[in-house]
Amino acid sequence: MIVDNLPALQVIVPLLGAILCVLVRRGWLAWFIALVVSWIVPLIAVALILQVLDGGVISYAMGGWAPPVGIEYRVDLLSAFVLLLISMVGAVMLPYANLSVESEISDGKRAWFYALYLLCMTGMLGISITGDAFNAFVFLEVSSLSTYAMIALGKDRRALLAAYQYLIMGTIGATFYVIAIGILYTMTGTLNMVDMSGRLGDVATVRPLFAALAFLTVGISLKFALFPLHSWLPNAYAYAPTFATAFLASTATKAAVYLILRFFFSVYGVALVFGIHPISEMLIALSLMAMFGASIVAVYQDNIKRMLAYSSVAQIGYITLGFGLANVPGLTGGVVHLANHAVTKGALFLAVGGIVYRMGAAHLDDFKGIGKKMPLTMAGFTIAGLSIIGVPGTAGFISKWYLAIAALEHGWGWLVMLLVLSSLISVIYIGRVVEVAYFREPEGKVMNATEMPLSMLIPAWVMILATIYFGIETSWTAGIASQIATDLLAGVQ
Amino acid sequence: MAALQELVNHYNHWIAVFLMVAGLYVVVARGNMVKKLVGLSLFQTSVYLIYLTPGKIIGGTAPILSDEFTVYSNPLPHVLILTAIVVGIATIALGLALVVRINEAFGSIEEDEIFEKDVEA
Repeated sequence: MIVDNLPALQVIVPLLGAILCVLVRRGWLAWFIALVVSWIVPLIAVALILQVLDGGVISYAMGGWAPPVGIEYRVDLLSAFVLLLISMVGAVMLPYANLSVESEISDGKRAWFYALYLLCMTGMLGISITGDAFNAFVFLEVSSLSTYAMIALGKDRRALLAAYQYLIMGTIGATFYVIAIGILYTMTGTLNMVDMSGRLGDVATVRPLFAALAFLTVGISLKFALFPLHSWLPNAYAYAPTFATAFLASTATKAAVYLILRFFFSVYGVALVFGIHPISEMLIALSLMAMFGASIVAVYQDNIKRMLAYSSVAQIGYITLGFGLANVPGLTGGVVHLANHAVTKGALFLAVGGIVYRMGAAHLDDFKGIGKKMPLTMAGFTIAGLSIIGVPGTAGFISKWYLAIAALEHGWGWLVMLLVLSSLISVIYIGRVVEVAYFREPEGKVMNATEMPLSMLIPAWVMILATIYFGIETSWTAGIASQIATDLLAGVQ
Repeated sequence: MAALQELVNHYNHWIAVFLMVAGLYVVVARGNMVKKLVGLSLFQTSVYLIYLTPGKIIGGTAPILSDEFTVYSNPLPHVLILTAIVVGIATIALGLALVVRINEAFGSIEEDEIFEKDVEA
């Protein structure tokens, strides 16, 4: 009974958890509920991915209404991979939340914060599991609206502005998505993604389909902050509560990236997307601009959270670069970077969160000599930083390796050079922090700083060890990602 | 003449597109945060019209299972748009709530005045 309904439970459990959090009102109790939920959800995701690996795609008819009329929850390998990624990140990070959130959010609002976190989780899991295009919009907005509110809970008053700007940009993106779905529905008469994909070939006039594709691409790109649509992201990540930043940086953009993968490769198919219009060239150009533009801006940031946010924009460039290359190693690199970037950026933000917890801020000045006072935290920051740079033995290297192979398969040696060059820029911005932390004498507030509490240190180090683990043992990341890439390019439903 | 006929036949689409562009223009051009949200709301509402237009058949009834009625309007766009309206309301409500908080924190809801107070923002 439970096994049959796992796809529904994946979404319903966090949704019910959110309601419970609001009802109990007490901060620590809400945290405990969120913790239990965050640990149940990945168990479901693991069960689902094992089922998929074993027996292929799971199709679940929501409420017993058979697709394509009813809403279908459809778990294939890509869905299961993203579900597992998002839920695991939540499970690792939530023990960290208790102290971090307590220090940044007032008593009365803490239960609401956890409710928002669970709603955000519901939305992202929903996006990844649903097979219905309009249902995906609803989940997209569930996760986005809760994200805006979470960002607005930041201590700094500029968090409000960041949330407002994000709301405006995010809503424009979501509305573009609705327009696209409207056009697709008018042309095909269905909302089910698999059904839609089958009917696209029969559409007589293809021009509306390309209009829909344009709306989709721009709308979803706004949500995952593809350069130059990234202007909302740096402020949002810089001023949100630290736990929210860490969680969102690891997961939020990934769910939106999943959606665009779904439409590009499963609904439209490679021939329709890349065959007629120069979308591949456009994606590669924008990705390169993100990799260089955002990395160079990151070098000049003094607020470390903001610096890492710009670095996120650059890293999204690597993901979309893989899609633009549109061959098996490229797509593998893009998909595996979803996971590798999630653990790497999660680890970095959790380490910075420890410094925010002790120092009250994450300005570069607060890092002076902190390597001597918080050795474990800074060591973690350095290791995760190496992964951002792409040093062999870390997760970041794996993604860049696949991207380089993909570029060589096209015969583009210059692209490999650019990949290496962009990594060198990340050496500068990570190195800047490491230099200040290790080679300056502690002064001022840093003198009294001590290592962050164990309940924060352990989740941070789990993430950090994961960046090393996924750099060495890649069967769960790159192995599955290459299987996904092969399926997507072959148009397997 | 045929072109004019074409134009008139699709008047509902022209209205929707006009509203859409007008809404988006307000979002971009206005510095007042409440006006921006009004523009955003206009933009979203225009999309509802785009959905509803192809669902209507002239002379069609509501979808009732009966031998008397054979031509009926498609109910699905209406259902979708009901959902979209709910999402839209939630978005605007949250946006306005943020504006209230911004007004309390900065003492203004004009973007340029706020940016003067906070250079980094």
